[in-house]
Amino acid sequence: MTYVIVGAGPAGVVAAETIRKLDPHGKVVIVGDEPEPPYSRMAIPYLLIRNIDEQGTYLRKAPGHFEDSVEVVHGSVASVDSSAKSLRLSDGREMAYDALLVATGSTPILPPVPGIDGERVTTCWTLEDARKIAEGLRPGASVLLIGAGFIGCIILEALVASGANLTVVEMGDRMVPRMLDETCGAMLQDWCREKGVNVMTGAQVESIEHRDDVAAVRISGGREVEAELVISAAGVRANAGFLEGTGIELSGGAVVVDRHMCSSVPGIYAAGDAACGRDFSTGDYSVQAIQPTAVEHGRIAASNMVRHGSVTHQGCINMNVLDTIGLISVSYGQWEGIEGGDSVSLLDRDGYRYISLQFAGDQLIGANTLGITQHIGVLRGLIQGQFRLGHWKSRLMDNPLLIMEAYLAATQGA
Amino acid sequence: MLRSLNINPDKCTGCLQCEMACSFENEGVFNPAKSRIKVFSFHHEGRFVPYTCTQCDEAWCLHACPVEAIKMNRETGAMEVLDAVCVGCKVCTIACPFGTVNYNQSTGKVIKCDLCGGDPQCAAACPTEAITYVDADATGLDKMRSWAAKTDNATHAN
Ligand SMILES: Cc1cc2nc3c(=O)[nH]c(=O)nc-3n(C[C@H](O)[C@H](O)[C@H](O)COP(=O)(O)OP(=O)(O)OC[C@H]3O[C@@H](n4cnc5c(N)ncnc54)[C@H](O)[C@@H]3O)c2cc1C
Ligand code: SF4
Repeated sequence: MTYVIVGAGPAGVVAAETIRKLDPHGKVVIVGDEPEPPYSRMAIPYLLIRNIDEQGTYLRKAPGHFEDSVEVVHGSVASVDSSAKSLRLSDGREMAYDALLVATGSTPILPPVPGIDGERVTTCWTLEDARKIAEGLRPGASVLLIGAGFIGCIILEALVASGANLTVVEMGDRMVPRMLDETCGAMLQDWCREKGVNVMTGAQVESIEHRDDVAAVRISGGREVEAELVISAAGVRANAGFLEGTGIELSGGAVVVDRHMCSSVPGIYAAGDAACGRDFSTGDYSVQAIQPTAVEHGRIAASNMVRHGSVTHQGCINMNVLDTIGLISVSYGQWEGIEGGDSVSLLDRDGYRYISLQFAGDQLIGANTLGITQHIGVLRGLIQGQFRLGHWKSRLMDNPLLIMEAYLAATQGA
Repeated sequence: MLRSLNINPDKCTGCLQCEMACSFENEGVFNPAKSRIKVFSFHHEGRFVPYTCTQCDEAWCLHACPVEAIKMNRETGAMEVLDAVCVGCKVCTIACPFGTVNYNQSTGKVIKCDLCGGDPQCAAACPTEAITYVDADATGLDKMRSWAAKTDNATHAN
């Protein structure tokens, strides 16, 4: 068997390692187009504030970890011929496969505004981007961040910590609208403003004019901000263009996979940010674009590449944790709630603490929290364990902070 | 033979000696708020339940970590956080379905039970043997672990 994995991010790396374990004699090739050893994008913010060096971002630290067990090829896959089961790299090299994994992740999309392709504008997605940003970051540097979604907010933390003078422009009506409810998002915004970050919501960048030593950014409502560095975090698109011609089913640009992580084309699997996979809570298929999901996908896809049908995906639970200048927010599952469901929330606006729980019947299905760090993971346990809470549901409705107690009661009959 | 913590809540009187010992051993202060083992009290039922990491086989924290900062100690079987490698991203704290990995805002890293390297101070401090350190096979942890499988994202054929 020859297994070819395209993409050396967390999804691809975990898949390669899992295949190696399950099929010690198969040939495992991992093709990646970035020059560095496999690394984690998640660690980039900590590189920006110099908590770690580049090596600290590497997914595996032992020298020769990959070379000793799999074949590593540097190159970019340009096309796939699914009937011949072969692929071609952009430099013309060809490669045959029995099972192929698309673990190519995604690429940031730049908003279509004049001046976006100028020198001072960058994304924050790769180590190469990080080097460029690090060069421009210094205390007092004026930085403008486009987008306050999950990735934007993660970068925000590092930008503030580095002492930059930061302006954030977000199109939505609040920060991280796809992770935090209105109360939570608004509190986060208050917090940022209190810390001296200029956050504009419901605002759009209209143009960027590149002057000698600054970029003049025009923002809707007739505002203008001068910035030495503009960082765009305004959404991403899955890297699946090289699959054109295979007839593979895509949704929103990502590869649609079944519960064995297999695409609509037999022999081709997908995982991570490039895959539109099953969501645990809804049973629907979507791109979660988070690290834990990439790892789960990689592991499950690998098992099925070795023996198709061996592992069935129950779906990944969507979960995020964000640290915004010391204020920690978390979301799980169906944090927006469902029709006909119950919810409870507890708010301490001045103390920046908040919790909201969502129920379907007497089961927990989602949560949002702000300023809570202890035993937070138990929310996952409660949601994914689908525990019937019984009379503990009413205790939670009285005091939603009793999540740990409710969990112990559900699991140990405490 | 690996050993693990065996917790018998029926014997717990809620004296919090375990929390004190844990916090002193690991943080150098007698402060239950910094303990990795936590005693939950159930006033309605008049019950106390000491609770900490079971060093579970699934090791959600370890697999979720983007930078290999959580490793298994082969001698004790404990999942240990390598402080020098941890970047403080907190993904492990939301990935652990038991809620036993916690973020420590003062250090910017996460903390979890590491069995004190093979000599757990909570067990040593417990006056009622509600917490003991015994052969892994003999513990009641299996009960706690079996439902952990419910949190798995996959079902396996055969
Ligand atoms: C700054 C930042 C912070 C983040 N923080 C968090 C966080 O706190 N929590 C969280 O859960 N997630 C976070 N994420 C998201 C997380 O990093 C991604 O979900 C994860 O990287 C997805 O893994 P992947 O393996 O699917 O894709 P990737 O990590 O993107 O890896 C895909 C690889 O494939 C390569 N590739 C693409 N096309 C080809 C081709 N044709 N040929 C060869 N190679 C190719 C790419 O260059 C890349 O190296 C963050 C992301 C960023 C950018
Ligand atoms: S907080 Fe530290 S140990 Fe936990 S996942 Fe992040 S880097 Fe790993």
